[in-house]
Amino acid sequence: MPTLEVPQGAKDQHMVINMGPQHPATHGVLRLVLEIDGEIVVRLYPEIGYLHTGIEKTCEAKFYQQVVPLTDRINYLDPMSNNLCYCLAVEKLLELEIPEKATWLRVVLAELSRLNSHLIWLGTHAMDIGALTVFLYTFREREDILRIFEGLAGQRMMNSYIRIGGLAMEPPLDFLARVQGFINTFPEKIDEYANLLTGNPIFRNRLKSVGYLSPADAIALGVSGPPMRASGVDYDVRRDIPYCGYERFPFHVPISTDGDCWARYEVRLVEMRESVKIIQMALDGMPEGPIKADAPKIVLPDREKMKTQMEALIHHFKIVTEGFAVPAGEVYQSIEAGHGQTGYYVVSDGTAKPYRVHMRYPSFATLQALETMCKGRMLADVVAVIGSIDIVLGEIDR
Amino acid sequence: MHKQKTLIGRADVLEEFSGHPAVAAILAWNPEALTDAKFDYGELTLTIAAEDICDAATVVQAAGYNFLDDLTAVDWYPSSPRFQLSYHILSHSHKEYIRLRVLLPGENPTVESMTSVWPSANYYEREVFDLFGIHFEGHPNLRRIMLPDEWEGHPLRKDYPVEGYR
Repeated sequence: MPTLEVPQGAKDQHMVINMGPQHPATHGVLRLVLEIDGEIVVRLYPEIGYLHTGIEKTCEAKFYQQVVPLTDRINYLDPMSNNLCYCLAVEKLLELEIPEKATWLRVVLAELSRLNSHLIWLGTHAMDIGALTVFLYTFREREDILRIFEGLAGQRMMNSYIRIGGLAMEPPLDFLARVQGFINTFPEKIDEYANLLTGNPIFRNRLKSVGYLSPADAIALGVSGPPMRASGVDYDVRRDIPYCGYERFPFHVPISTDGDCWARYEVRLVEMRESVKIIQMALDGMPEGPIKADAPKIVLPDREKMKTQMEALIHHFKIVTEGFAVPAGEVYQSIEAGHGQTGYYVVSDGTAKPYRVHMRYPSFATLQALETMCKGRMLADVVAVIGSIDIVLGEIDR
Repeated sequence: MHKQKTLIGRADVLEEFSGHPAVAAILAWNPEALTDAKFDYGELTLTIAAEDICDAATVVQAAGYNFLDDLTAVDWYPSSPRFQLSYHILSHSHKEYIRLRVLLPGENPTVESMTSVWPSANYYEREVFDLFGIHFEGHPNLRRIMLPDEWEGHPLRKDYPVEGYR
């Protein structure tokens, strides 16, 4: 266990207090050591590692396809983005062609997953500030998304539905209609949240001009995603380095130059509305065709084929028992997940198990900016700032 | 996905990429620092001599590669040189990544800390120190980040068993 140490140079009138790791407003097992002068934060040290499970080491002992379920567990609030990023990286090494329909469905799923992530952020953030009602509302809509995922993959949170070479199985017949039904009503729901929060004077006062982060600091400290855009850096991986066919979906990237907690709130609300538009575009243009790549030695055959064709059975047996070899090389794939830029660095030595998998997760880097945002502010603002940068401890500790 | 062109070796890459902003900047600064290069899977990898990495980072930062996205290590045990450090650097203006690579020996691997160029390297370097045992000179707070302070060994090294020591 990390020890509670008194930071060097702490003045006599300063008090060193501990916050977490079981504090409800730290969104998991984040522990902060705070040096305070009265109620003013002088210094702040995050202590992390309570959830460290050594996933990167575990990946090295698994076949490539067995790593997909591990990725869900890292950021359990945005599972599809994790699957997508890992699969894109391995597909880059394999130089695999993914069918159109699978690509478009992946976009729908990644955006639904982003909505899922943002809904949890909004609910818990508002709850930290004291507006409990919003939490109940956002979890109602999150439940709708989880039901869609459950119908798709049989699992609510750990979907592992995006696989190397495409998707796990054909989506159910009512999938597109259910997604359409959800996004038909969702913009009204965003209005409902905004109605509860945007005009609320307590919420406004707790967020406005709190936790300022300048654009230069955001870049220097590795902050990405919505907090970076709220600080005025105009960059979104989906638009600037498109992956998974995002170049076909024109959308607006919200930017704010205020750099405070309120700007992060506004940016994410607009982002949710943009996600709905992307899903609508993807549903409207959804192509027909297969959902798995034509690569029998890499992609598991359909159940029906496996039971009736000798060749498919052999491939199935080989993939499950021996995996598939991936050409030697190293790739880095970056995507825009709900919390920011997620990156997977996959190194292959030509065997069926990855030589090294490294995950770059946005929360890990964003946490470094916490001290800059909280320094010189009241202790109560720390809770507002942690809520506004939207961290998940699973992806910090991995 | 169409087949990407692959270029292996310093000479081949320089011939093709001499106009590339990061390559041009490094060549203009110190051509000796660039020891190797490759371009595969659409990604440019530049191998930099270990003692020059911070200066090289300052040079590419000035060339528009403004965001340190990721820093990690690979253990090539039992090959030599044993450790590889990979710096993934993003340019918001060129909309492109480059990978700077540094090779380090297995005995007492040490490299200059990147925190003076990008403060965000702080946590990444602590992670690499914790899990690989690579030292970063000039790091403001080089302590274990994931594991307890009294932990023995560095789990992501290849000679560390997956199930740990029992």
